[in-house]
Amino acid sequence: MKLRFEKRLEASHLSTILVPLASFVISLLLGALLLAANKANPWQTYHAMFMGSFGSLYNFSEVIVKATPLILTGLGVALAFRLRFWNIGAEGQLIWGGIGASVVGLFVTPAQGGNLIYLLLAIMAAMAGGALWAGIPALLKTRLKVDETLTTLMMNYMAILSYQYLYNGPWRDPEGFGFPGSRQFSQAIWLPKLVGRSTIGIIIALVIALVLWFVLTKTKWGFELTMIGKNPRAAHVLGVNSNKNILVALLISGALSGLAGGFEVLGVSHRLQQGLNLGYGYTAIIIAWMAALNPLSVVLAALLMAMLLVGGDQVQMIMRLPSAVGLVLQGLILIPLLGGAVFSEYRLRFIGDKKDV
Amino acid sequence: MNNQPPLLKMKGIVKHFPGVTASDHVDLQLQQGDVLALLGENGAGKSSLMNVLVGIYQPDEGEIFLNDQLVDIHSPADAEALGIAMIHQEFMLIPNMTVAENVILGKQDLPLFPSLEEVENKILDISKHYNLQVDPRAFISSLSVGERQRVEILKMLYRGAKILILDEPTAVLTPQESEDLNHVIRRMTSEGKSAIFITHKMKEVMAFSNKVQVLAKGETRAVKDTAKTTPEELATLMVGRQVLYNIEKEPFRPGDIVLDVKRLSTRGDREHSRLKEINLQIRQGEILGIAGVAGNGQQELAEALTGQIPPSEGSITIKNLDMTGKAPISYINNGVSYIPEDRGAMGSIGDMSVGHNLIMKGYRKAPFINRGILQKQSIFDFVHKLIKNFRISTPSQETQVKFLSGGNIQKTILAREIDACDGLLIAAYPARGLDVGATEAVRQEIVKQRDHGTAVLLISEELDELIMMSDRVGVMHSGSLLCILEGENIQRDKIGLVMSGVCPEEDQ
Ligand SMILES: Nc1ncnc2c1ncn2[C@@H]1O[C@H](COP(=O)(O)OP(=O)(O)OP(=O)(O)O)[C@@H](O)[C@H]1O
Ligand SMILES: [Mg+2]
Repeated sequence: MKLRFEKRLEASHLSTILVPLASFVISLLLGALLLAANKANPWQTYHAMFMGSFGSLYNFSEVIVKATPLILTGLGVALAFRLRFWNIGAEGQLIWGGIGASVVGLFVTPAQGGNLIYLLLAIMAAMAGGALWAGIPALLKTRLKVDETLTTLMMNYMAILSYQYLYNGPWRDPEGFGFPGSRQFSQAIWLPKLVGRSTIGIIIALVIALVLWFVLTKTKWGFELTMIGKNPRAAHVLGVNSNKNILVALLISGALSGLAGGFEVLGVSHRLQQGLNLGYGYTAIIIAWMAALNPLSVVLAALLMAMLLVGGDQVQMIMRLPSAVGLVLQGLILIPLLGGAVFSEYRLRFIGDKKDV
Repeated sequence: MNNQPPLLKMKGIVKHFPGVTASDHVDLQLQQGDVLALLGENGAGKSSLMNVLVGIYQPDEGEIFLNDQLVDIHSPADAEALGIAMIHQEFMLIPNMTVAENVILGKQDLPLFPSLEEVENKILDISKHYNLQVDPRAFISSLSVGERQRVEILKMLYRGAKILILDEPTAVLTPQESEDLNHVIRRMTSEGKSAIFITHKMKEVMAFSNKVQVLAKGETRAVKDTAKTTPEELATLMVGRQVLYNIEKEPFRPGDIVLDVKRLSTRGDREHSRLKEINLQIRQGEILGIAGVAGNGQQELAEALTGQIPPSEGSITIKNLDMTGKAPISYINNGVSYIPEDRGAMGSIGDMSVGHNLIMKGYRKAPFINRGILQKQSIFDFVHKLIKNFRISTPSQETQVKFLSGGNIQKTILAREIDACDGLLIAAYPARGLDVGATEAVRQEIVKQRDHGTAVLLISEELDELIMMSDRVGVMHSGSLLCILEGENIQRDKIGLVMSGVCPEEDQ
């Protein structure tokens, strides 16, 4: 018997699930070595992390709270990456989503009262904020060929500074007892809750993942985006306009991250305050790769990442290890991921020592 | 026969790919000084066998002997160490590096800081010795295809290759360049080097080689001394039937004007290929051939007539619609089909499936689309039909195009474009990389389109092809369209005369 890698002729369907899972498991194994080297019991640590994520309904709801923005930003990043537009600005786009929703929450919705319409308005404003923040680099790239890695990254810092300025300065609640942050929005535009702190945002995120998957794999537009992503020159020859499509796709990509930010302020903090730049937008990049840019796999990858984050917090409390354990494991995921790409393109085959044939 | 032990012996090579057996117990022998021509239909396994020899693929079975010694070749570096080097079907040079840099790129025993000057001098020596003119400081991106090929050959010689493998080296060369290549190969073999080359052109087999090996479906069908065979016999061996080399064509009955180009000019960096005031018309049922050495504006003409590059002056009218300055999609919607000269970069998308590549023109219309959603079943049936009609050999519709053999990638593009054509077909080197049987079939197919009323612009460097197929032939030189020959005047020597700048009087 021999083991052999063989290049796949078609992308495999099973890999949608296997690739993210495999990279997750391998990162746990690598992490175990690291933990053992630091004289911590890996089994206990993982157990604590697992219980931290699934031990109670409340804990699980915390996983959902983190998974919601991760799914949305992960989808946004994956969409852009499919077009080889290296949008690493999901962080900034998420923040601008938060700002957009806050504009509606603070200046359009009455301080008391209001209704569902205002919530919808706020959600749209969030998407517009994110779209704006992604649209600028997309325009610069398609019109002037300005490198998008630089612009999206720099605009993250601009976004962080602008929202910090807003909640510390002009939008600061004078009755906030010294805490920086805007006033609370009217309850009417709070995102309805599910369990614990989790909201219906997760359901919307799941539906969006499904819709995006459908659009990308089954529709004319998705077909054209694939062509652009795989060979822009040939796409152009075949009549597909890259620039226009990249712009539209990036507006959607930004809107998805913006939605994540909107859900954060409308569903979790109910005001604009610190805590929007937690790095979801960067984790989203890992998630997108982990998912091999497939929207359905993004959901799985985002859930796994959320478990690491929540579990990491638990480890800190129970095991007295730094919560950075979760972050380290996140980083470790990238390593097998590079190898993981091998598995989706190749397949493992057992071959007997054949005499004939 | 000579009694020396063979320089190279491949024995019982087997190479499987999912769905196909590319090599099925193939033996191959090469004596020192031999030029062996490797012949076979598209997908017969020529490139695969050579890729095994240079260590790109590992064989599933079989052995390789050099001077009667068993050798293990696991990578191109191993092969290079043994003096075996290959020029691939698709070039592998880095465009934004210079010739000298490319020549030493990836060389194993390089000092930490190689002196480029030394390299350049050695390159100049070699190029003088073999009469291969190349400027070592030129950037690859500024070189023509023929020049790039010279660089590839130089690179092998520089690295001391003793066995040179050339995979369809002349597919993209002008007749003159191919002649030059022949001289280089002769010179090398006279110095004790050996060569294996793959080609679909019978003339070259006869002119270049002293031995021929014919492959079919991964197996050896025959090994012959070139002197003791004929092109007809070889073609028959390959295809398994007689190849006619001429095509049936209905009498010339031109209809309405389909393409009307007036004073068309383009901007561009290269003076030589910038279009300068081109005037031409093509009518229904007419093939206008464009002769001329590649790089004289043919590609620009094709690109301008499909909306890839905007004209700086002049006008383009197709089927009475003014198309000047319109985007490619407008041309497509107006029934224009385009077979581009670069099948990998412009004509196909390697990372997508054969099925998807075949539907890349049709997906915009019913029945393949319904309310924006692709219709799987109708697409499957359509693709199935094209694969069958154009004899594309592929394991399945889902196979990614990059895994097909060179000729089958070309067939995929031809099938898509010819099928979608409605009025005007722009075909640049349509038979490039095709085996004799497929070449015949494609020419016949294009002529059939003409007989049914399509206007065809055929860009080619092969005079035989142009003469055989065209109703009129124009010659391009330095971005201008020199006079157009018609009827009786379409002859080898007259075209040659125009190329040298003389226009027969009876034409405009
Ligand atoms: N990397 C690969 N993966 C899968 N199949 C392959 C691969 N390379 C070649 N094949 C298959 O092996 C067969 C032989 O291909 P090969 O490229 O050797 O043909 P060829 O004789 O060079 O044809 P052509 O004249 O068209 O270049 C084809 O069916 C091709 O699809
Ligand atoms: Mg080949």
